[in-house]
Amino acid sequence: MAETGDVDILLVEDNPNDAELTQRAFRKSDLDVRLAIVRDGAEALDYLFGGKPRPKVVLLDLKLPKIDGIDVLRRIRAGERTRTIPVVVLTSSQEERDIVECYELGANSYVVKPVDFDRFYRTVSDIGAYWLVLNKLPL
Amino acid sequence: MSSPDDAEILLVEDNPNDVELTLRALQKQNLATKVFVVKDGAEALDFIYATGVYANRKIDNLPKVILLDLKLPKVDGIDVLRKIKSDPRTKHTPVVMLTSSQEDRDVLETYKLGVNSYIVKPVDFSNFVHAVSELGIYWGILNKTPD
Repeated sequence: MAETGDVDILLVEDNPNDAELTQRAFRKSDLDVRLAIVRDGAEALDYLFGGKPRPKVVLLDLKLPKIDGIDVLRRIRAGERTRTIPVVVLTSSQEERDIVECYELGANSYVVKPVDFDRFYRTVSDIGAYWLVLNKLPL
Repeated sequence: MSSPDDAEILLVEDNPNDVELTLRALQKQNLATKVFVVKDGAEALDFIYATGVYANRKIDNLPKVILLDLKLPKVDGIDVLRKIKSDPRTKHTPVVMLTSSQEDRDVLETYKLGVNSYIVKPVDFSNFVHAVSELGIYWGILNKTPD
């Protein structure tokens, strides 16, 4: 986990198993991802508003301790420095209400966590490849 | 190409070569039958909002993703994006810019208007096909949109 310097992906995830799996998927990919992990919504906001360089993409769980993912998303979109950071909601929720609300608040993408181990792995790698290689960021 | 009501991917592109290449790339992912192509910004808006020649389309059948070029005849890509993202009926539909512009001003402006992703068209043929395949899989299969 990166402590200093530029970070490619900020993962906001309270479930240690999912965090571990995600980390392992990135380590195995050819992407050489610099990953930072925070465990709850408050820590995510501290990270994003604490003057650190902006990550290239935020992977955001919805059900989080302290501050919910929805509120983290709302704050990211309201911040002058953070409003253009791509946010991918990565969650187990398939509820229509969550999907609609996330898009309305400006989530760039919404991906449902696959239950199956191999598919979870592949999905995380695909997300990384898409947002770190293919997608172009504003300066 | 799909019928207007079954379209999962709306491609807004005036360059026939790029249309051809994009369809060929999506064919490799079995996604070509789910694409509908419109040639300018005015036609895109007619399609999306079921007006003009698309008045019979069901407006609720929104595509999973709109691939939008920037420089378009009649109505520019930026204005199409602005309309989509400011209308409550379409705000939640993912829009991906697929353009040859690498200009910082274009990138920043589209992000500020709420674009979901910005892809620069690779000049090289095989890179173009690869990029379109990847984005087809991402937005056509991996990404979830409201029903």
